[in-house]
Amino acid sequence: MLLVSKFAVCFRATYMIEYQLNFKKKIMSTVIKIKKGLDIHLAGEAKKETEVFEVRRCAIKPSDFIGVIPKLHVAEGDAVQAGSVLFHDKSRENILFTSPISGTVKAVVRGEKRAVMQVIVEADGRDEAIDFGKADISTIKRDEVIDKMLHSGVWTMLRQRPYSIIANPNDKPKCIVVSMFSSAPLAPSTGYIIENQVEAFNAGVEILSKLTDGKLYLNLKASCKRCHDVIAKITKPENVVVTDFEGPHPVGNVGTQINALSPINKGEVVWYCGPQEVITIGKLFLTGRYDSSRIIALTGSEANDPHYYKVNIGADIEALAAGGVNFRAISGDVLTGKDITGNYFLGFYDTQITVIPEGNEYRLFGWLAPNFKRFTSTNTMISSLFKKKTFVIDTNRNGDVRPLIMTGKFEKVFPFDIYPMQLLKACIIKDIEQMEELGIYEVDAEDFALCEVIDPSKTAIQQIIRDGLELVRKEMN
Amino acid sequence: MGLRNYIDKIKPDFEEGGRYAKFHSTFEAFETFLYTPNKVVNTGAHIRDAVDMKRNMFYVVIALIPCFLFGTWNIGYQHFLSWGQDATFWQIVGYGLLRIIPLYLVSYIVGLVIEFVFAEIRHEEVNEGYFVTGFLIPLIMPADVPLWMLAVAVAFAVIIGKEVFGGSGMNVVNPALLARAFLFFSYPSKMTGDNVWIAEKADAFSGATPLGTILNGGTTEQLPSIMEMFVGTIPGSVGETSKIAILIGALFLIITGISDLRIIVSSFAGAIVIGLIFNGIGANAAMEVPFYYHLFMGGFMFGTFFMATDPVTAAQTNTGKWIYGFLIGAIAILIRVANPGYPEGMMLAILLLNVFAPLIDWCVVAANVRKRKNRWAAAERSAK
Repeated sequence: MLLVSKFAVCFRATYMIEYQLNFKKKIMSTVIKIKKGLDIHLAGEAKKETEVFEVRRCAIKPSDFIGVIPKLHVAEGDAVQAGSVLFHDKSRENILFTSPISGTVKAVVRGEKRAVMQVIVEADGRDEAIDFGKADISTIKRDEVIDKMLHSGVWTMLRQRPYSIIANPNDKPKCIVVSMFSSAPLAPSTGYIIENQVEAFNAGVEILSKLTDGKLYLNLKASCKRCHDVIAKITKPENVVVTDFEGPHPVGNVGTQINALSPINKGEVVWYCGPQEVITIGKLFLTGRYDSSRIIALTGSEANDPHYYKVNIGADIEALAAGGVNFRAISGDVLTGKDITGNYFLGFYDTQITVIPEGNEYRLFGWLAPNFKRFTSTNTMISSLFKKKTFVIDTNRNGDVRPLIMTGKFEKVFPFDIYPMQLLKACIIKDIEQMEELGIYEVDAEDFALCEVIDPSKTAIQQIIRDGLELVRKEMN
Repeated sequence: MGLRNYIDKIKPDFEEGGRYAKFHSTFEAFETFLYTPNKVVNTGAHIRDAVDMKRNMFYVVIALIPCFLFGTWNIGYQHFLSWGQDATFWQIVGYGLLRIIPLYLVSYIVGLVIEFVFAEIRHEEVNEGYFVTGFLIPLIMPADVPLWMLAVAVAFAVIIGKEVFGGSGMNVVNPALLARAFLFFSYPSKMTGDNVWIAEKADAFSGATPLGTILNGGTTEQLPSIMEMFVGTIPGSVGETSKIAILIGALFLIITGISDLRIIVSSFAGAIVIGLIFNGIGANAAMEVPFYYHLFMGGFMFGTFFMATDPVTAAQTNTGKWIYGFLIGAIAILIRVANPGYPEGMMLAILLLNVFAPLIDWCVVAANVRKRKNRWAAAERSAK
């Protein structure tokens, strides 16, 4: 009898502790729910297996960076190591762009008006890297951090909102935001990518926390257990704030998260980067070397055996993406990525390749067909009944460009306290004052990607927003 | 694909430098009508929703088909009823078709010719917008409207109401309603009164619409029953009489998400609120008409479901839509009951609110701007 009651007490005590722990956990990280948005279920998810891909060539493309005009430091035939400067930005000379691998500069590809389109480095397989010197992460000062990051070219991984340009080292950002997940179609799993690189990630978080007097936000997908495990393992400096997010895309966009946490006011700057960039920054300080390795997901209905690959920034991934007939290879996701068909170099910030069918075919009465298999966010087709199903979606525009007629559609997929149609129109008429008033500083082109996808008038919305942002940026500087 | 090959063969003739380059827009309109183009996206997102404006517009036309069918039957039914003749179903429909087809021919020929000419002049693609406008115009006309008047009204509405502002998507007021308003104010004897609603009416037959009855001081007892008004066996504009037909079409537009429910709900709310207020006052026969009668009389439902919801001319913000719809419903009933000159207030209420919709939106957006500027100011204060 005694035994039984003792057991009961013991059981109750255990239960109580667990309950309290749970309670504590809930206080530690808040969950922010985003309601508006749209998850597009695309076919061709990557299997969680990682293969090391032998990188033969890498290219750094100035077009991956907004507003950068390159001034070359190397010529064709020069030998470079990982971390050797390839070019700098003419308007900000301290922003250096360095070679991701050791090898030889194979080509400097130029386009119209001799603008540098890409600098291609051929690997020599020697894996040599410039030594920028290890650092004691706990004692290193902000200035030294910035200095080391600038010299190694790792600084380019930090970008800022508004404008999505590379961060200005002279700025004092309001906060730094790391979105620990992407919610775009077929996005790679951050938890899977970083779970074996906890040490470097930890170092990166500590370094980033020194760069701001404000908070360092780590934003997690509420349902990602692997990510939570990693976060539980790292040491968190005082200004780190962990926040859980849940909801449909664009919940993973850094813009959505900033808007939910602390919207950008006129004149403010927020810095941001992705989880793999945090790891690269961490490795720079742990080893003194610029390690440009990236784990990327090969995805999409036309991708051959989609799974994860270990490559380098800017890697030539033709062997992975090419091979089918009539396809489009995209560096990044289908919403915001760049078409790299024919010039298969991974984009600087991209961790995903998506290969989808090119839809250059006529369809008889396509606007009238009941459409069993075509993706739509509306309720106007048979396929509307299967919204949870995965779709093979091609690149056909599905109609002609028309004036903006339908209203109230963008608002359903745009989780900002902003009027998307009105802001879009302010950008079209290039009215900077209106753009400011309507919230241009709080958004980026990628935040409008879903609006662009669902828009029945087929307007090039992301381009219009990008042009608007560039107009404001040039006017303000 | 013989057709596709043929189109590809003649296509160069219509392109720049070709023999018929003048008709490029016309060719393109027919080509894209037959085939969804093979154009792929080359900027921004790499995928696009399968829906396009053609489908959106076409669905509105589908939604109007029940009204068209019932309207056709009702033209014949009212005609034979006024003469006191018995007629078979096919005689009724046959007479109806004889009257309605000329209306449609005039509406589409006049409207589309103007649209195509403007598209060619502007070197733009022809928009689908007129397919809806052209389908709506005959439905909101009295069956007996002279064809030349209809032609003038269509030309006025398309040129002054739409093209001068820049074409589809740019117009301030609903072009179909503008056509009706143009006739209403230019030729009132052909647009109001008891003698215009039934095609070739027998003189002895009254032919008054419910709203006409109220205008002339009639009481509720003199009105047709709710059931008659619901089914639609009453005189009135071609498409507006049958609430069953309207609701079938409206349901289709609501399910497919093309009509905005906010405008519909708030328009009904506005009408009911004002109707109840008048019932409460009850100073004359018009005020005593039960509020729910108003929902079934005249063009209230047709206007709410098919004209107030036109996305181009309605308020564009979600909050604005509530205000816009409410005011349409309220003002429509206000005009019906309180204005001795106009029996039907729906047309004027929608046109009025079309004009005020940008102002409503401006106020709604201004609140958002004010909030943002306050936040900026607060951030600046805390920085100091």
